[in-house]
Amino acid sequence: MEIFLQQVLSGIATGGIYACMALAIVMIYQAIHTLNFAQGEMAMFSTFIAWELLQWGIPYWAAFFLTIALSLVGGFLVERIIFKPIENAPLLSHIVVFIALFAIFNSLAGFIWDFSIKPFPSPFGTSTLFGSGLIGAHQAGMIVVTLAVLLLLFIFFRYTRVGLAMRAAAANPESARLVGIRVSMMTGLGWGMAAAIGAIAGMMIAPIVFLEPNMMLTILLYGFAGAVLGGLTSPGGAVVGGLLVGVVENLAGIYIPVVGAELKLPIALFLIIAVLVFKPSGLFGQTVVQRV
Amino acid sequence: MKTGNNMRHIRVVAVAAGISMIAFAASAADTTGITDTTIKIGNIMPYSGPASAYSQIGKADAAYFKMVNDNGGVCGRQIEFISYDDGYSPPKTVEQARKLVESDQVALIFNSLGTATNSAIQKYMNAKQVPQLFVATGASKFGHPEEFPWTMGWQPDYVSEGKIYARYLLENMPDAKIGILYQNDDYGQDYVNGLKEGLGDKASSMIVAEQPYETSDPTVDSQVINLKASGANVFFNVATPKFAAQAIKKAAEIGWDATQLLNSVSNSVGSVLKPAGFDNSKGIISALYLKDPQDPQWKDDPGVKKWEAFMDKYYPDGDKTSSFTFYGYSVSQTLHKVLEGACDDLTREGIMKSAANLKNVPLDMTPEGILVDTGPDDYYPLQNMQLIKFDGERWVPFGKVLSGAAESN
Amino acid sequence: MSLSEREATSLEAREAGTAVRATSASALAQVGVLAVLVVLPFVLSGFQVFQLNMMLIYAIAILGLNLLTGINGQFSLGHGAFYAAGAYVAAIIMDHFGLGYAWTIPAAGLVCFVIGFLFGLPALRLEGIYLALATFALAVATPQFLKLSLLEEWTNGVQGIVILKPDAPFGLPLTPDQWLYFFTLAIGLLLYWMARNIVASRSGRALMAIRDNPIAARSMGINIALYKALAFGVSALFTGIAGALGAIVVQFVAPDSFGFVLSVALLVGLVVGGVGWLPGALVGGAFVVFVPNIAEEFSKGLSGAMYGVILILLIYLMPTGAGGLIRTIADRMKRH
Repeated sequence: MEIFLQQVLSGIATGGIYACMALAIVMIYQAIHTLNFAQGEMAMFSTFIAWELLQWGIPYWAAFFLTIALSLVGGFLVERIIFKPIENAPLLSHIVVFIALFAIFNSLAGFIWDFSIKPFPSPFGTSTLFGSGLIGAHQAGMIVVTLAVLLLLFIFFRYTRVGLAMRAAAANPESARLVGIRVSMMTGLGWGMAAAIGAIAGMMIAPIVFLEPNMMLTILLYGFAGAVLGGLTSPGGAVVGGLLVGVVENLAGIYIPVVGAELKLPIALFLIIAVLVFKPSGLFGQTVVQRV
Repeated sequence: MKTGNNMRHIRVVAVAAGISMIAFAASAADTTGITDTTIKIGNIMPYSGPASAYSQIGKADAAYFKMVNDNGGVCGRQIEFISYDDGYSPPKTVEQARKLVESDQVALIFNSLGTATNSAIQKYMNAKQVPQLFVATGASKFGHPEEFPWTMGWQPDYVSEGKIYARYLLENMPDAKIGILYQNDDYGQDYVNGLKEGLGDKASSMIVAEQPYETSDPTVDSQVINLKASGANVFFNVATPKFAAQAIKKAAEIGWDATQLLNSVSNSVGSVLKPAGFDNSKGIISALYLKDPQDPQWKDDPGVKKWEAFMDKYYPDGDKTSSFTFYGYSVSQTLHKVLEGACDDLTREGIMKSAANLKNVPLDMTPEGILVDTGPDDYYPLQNMQLIKFDGERWVPFGKVLSGAAESN
Repeated sequence: MSLSEREATSLEAREAGTAVRATSASALAQVGVLAVLVVLPFVLSGFQVFQLNMMLIYAIAILGLNLLTGINGQFSLGHGAFYAAGAYVAAIIMDHFGLGYAWTIPAAGLVCFVIGFLFGLPALRLEGIYLALATFALAVATPQFLKLSLLEEWTNGVQGIVILKPDAPFGLPLTPDQWLYFFTLAIGLLLYWMARNIVASRSGRALMAIRDNPIAARSMGINIALYKALAFGVSALFTGIAGALGAIVVQFVAPDSFGFVLSVALLVGLVVGGVGWLPGALVGGAFVVFVPNIAEEFSKGLSGAMYGVILILLIYLMPTGAGGLIRTIADRMKRH
C-alpha cells in the first residue's frame, strides 16, 4: 500500500509537469481552435531567455515576470509576422509552419546556448514538502502555480470582456467581426498568452528535468495527452488530465509486468486515440455539435 | 672491386625492392585520402537532434587537428578534417559515411559517435576496407578484430567498467544490496551485464532491484523512489548525463542513504555534478581514465597545462568543465600518434596496422598507470581505470588502477 | 450553321486542341523525366546513385501519404510508423527467415496494409487537427514500440538488424547500387501506375468526395467508414513498401532511424511536392534527401533553423507546392 501511495504521489508530481504544459496547449486551442506543435519549443526558448537573464544577475522573480512579459510580446509577434500572411491557408500549411517553428526554435536555442544540460533554480527549494518525504517542495509548488494560472485563466475567460471576445473570435470569426471584435488582434493576443503560459510551464519544469534544447518534445506529447483527456475546451480539465496521465503512467510501470516501464509513450498514444474516439470532448470539455 | 660491389649492391637493392613491391601489392596499398600534402580524415557527429550535446567532441577533434596543422602537420602533411551531421539517425550516418568514403575520398573515418550509428556503417567500412577508428562509444561490440578488422573502439568499454565496479564491491562491500538504475538500451545493458559478470555467483543475491528508464521519459524520479523502497544500500547509476544528474538530485531529496557508483559516461563535474548539486554528490564513486582538469592535484601537470593552452587558443568557446572537451582532445591525440607511427606506410592498411600496434602509449590527459595499448588481437585501446570518489569539490582518486580484463564478450 | 454555332465549334476545337497539346506536353514531360531517371545511374558515382535511390524511396512513401491526405483528406503526421513497420518486416524476413529480398516487398505491403487499416478504424472518428494530433502521437511513440523488450527477439531491440546487400541477378553488368536503384524504380513505376488508376477510378472519386464534402458523400450512398479505412490501409501499403526498400538499400534498421523527424520529413515532402498532385512525390523525395544537406552546408549549427526558414518561405511563395506551381505555369501557357 505504501508503494502504491508513493507512486501515486510521484505520479502527481510528474503529472504536474504535464498539467503545466497542457494549460498552454489549451490556451492556444481556445485562441485558434488548433494545436501548435511548436508550443513546447517556444516554452523551452522562453526558459532559456529566463536563464540568460539570471546569468546576467537579475534576481529570480524579476527574471520570472520579465520572461513572461517578453514571451507575451514574442508570441504576439510570431502570430502577426508569421501567421497573419497565411491566415486563410489550409490547415496543412499551418501545420507545416508549426513544424518550421519547431525546427527554428530548437536549432536557435542549441546554437546560442549549446546542448549541455543547465541547472535552473527553483523558487521553492529542493527539499521535500515540509520535510515529509511525500512530495518534493518544488513539485508541490509547481502544482500550486499551475492552479493559480488556471484560476487566472478562468477569471479571464469568464468574467472579462477581452476573454469573452477571444472565445467568440475563435468560435465564430465571422459573427465576431460583425459585432465589432477585432478577430486578428484576438488571435495575436491568444498566441501571446499561450506563449506566456508556456514560459511559466518551462520555468517550472526546467528545475526538475534540467534545461536543454531537447527537453520538451516528449513532455509536449504527454501534455497533449493530458489536454485531450481533460478536454481541449476546459483549462481545468487539462490540469486534471495532466495529473491523471502522470499517475496512470507510474502505476502502469508497477502493475504491468515486464514491459510496464517501457510503455509510457505508447500509453500516451493510446489515451489520445481512445479519448478522441470515444469521448472527443474529454472528461470535462463541452461537446461540439456539428450542424449539417 | 668497386664495380663488383656496386653491382652486388644494386642487385640487393633490386631484389629488396621487388620483394617489398610484392608485399605492397599483396597488402593492397590504398592511399585514398592521402596525398603528398594532405591527409583527409572523415568524422560523423550528431550536430542536431537528441544527442547534439555530444557534438562538442567533434568540435574538440576539429580544434585539435587545426593545432596539429599550425604546428607543421603530421608526416609533413596537413590534415583536412571533414565532419558531417547525422542527427543520430543511422540511415543518415550511412549516407554521410558513403559521402565521406566515395565522394570526399577520405583516408579513414575517425571517432564517429553512437552505437547504433556505428553499427549501421560497420559492415560497409569493413567491406570497403576503410578504417573505422576510435568510435565514440563504449559498446563492447566494436573490439572484435577477427570479424571486423577495420573497426576499433577507444574508451574503456562499458562491460569492463561494470566488472571494475563489481571487483570493488566484492572487495569492500561483499554484503551490499545493489539497486540499479539503467538506460534501457545496449549502453545500459552492457554496464549491467559487466557488473553481473564481475559479481559472478553472488550477482543474484546482491542485486535487489533493477529499474530501467527510456530516453523518452521526462524524469527518472519514480525509478529512484522504487530503488530506495527496495532497501538497496548501493546505487549503481547507469544513466546518461541528464538522467544521472536527475537521479543524484532525487536520491538526495528523498534522503536515500546509499553508496553510489556512477558510470564514467556521466561523471563530468561541470556537466553532471554541478547541476545535480555538489552537496548531493558527496561520496559518489566512479572511475576515470582521463585526468579531470578541475582537480587541483593536476594544477601544475604538464599534460593538463598543454590541454588548457589548447583550449584557450583553439577552442575558446568550449566548456572546460565538460569531459567532452578533454575526451575529444585525448582521442585526437591518439590518432595523432597513430599517424605519426604510420608515416613510413601512409596507407589505409598502414594506418590500421599502426593503430593495432600501440604499446603502452601515454597521453597528455591519462593519469599514471593508464596507457593506450593495442595489438592485432587486442582492439580495446584503453582498459584500465582509476577509482575516484567525489569529496564535494572534486574527484579524489583512491586505490590502485584496476584493469577491466580483456575477456569481455 | 449560325455564326455563334460556328464560333462555339471553333472554340471547342481550339480548346480540344489545347487539351491535346496539354496532354501531350505532360506526356512528353513524363517520358523525359523517366528517361533521365533511367540514364542517371550510369553517369553518377555509387554514392550519388544511393542518394537517388533514397529519393525514389521517399517519393514512394510520399505517394502513399498523398493518397491519404491529398486524395482522401485525412491528415497524417505519423507515416514514419508505417515506413518503420515495412522496414522491420523486410529486415526480419531477410534476417530471421533467410528469405530473399524480393519477398519482402509484398510481405511489407500486406502487413502494412493491415496495420494501416486497423489504425484507420479508430481514426474514422477523428478529423483535422485531432487526427493530426493522434498521428503525431503515433510518430513520437514509434521508436518506443520498436524498442519494446517483448518484441526484442524479433527486432533485436536497440541494436538493430544488419542486412546483406543483394547483388544484381543473372550476372547483369550492374553494381549492387545500380541494381537496387532499378529495382526501386521498377517498383516505383508500378506503384505510381496503381496510384493513378486508383485516383481515376470510381473509388478514387469516392475518396475525393469524402475529402471535399463528407456529408454529401454519405447522402450519396458512399460507405465512408470503409473507404476511409481502406485509404489508410492502401496508403500504409505504399509507405510500407518504401520502408522495406529503404531497409534493403541502407542495409540497417534500428529504432532510432524512425523517429518523429521521419514523419515530419514525409509530410513536408508532401506539401512541397503538391498535395493531391501525384507526380509531386518525386519533388518531395528530392526535397527530403537534398535540402537538409544544403541547410548543413549553410551552417552546421543552424541547419535546423535554415530548414525551418526554407519551409516557411515555401509555404509563403509556393503554398500549393510544386504541383500548384506547375499548374499555374501550365494555365498561363494555355491562355496564350
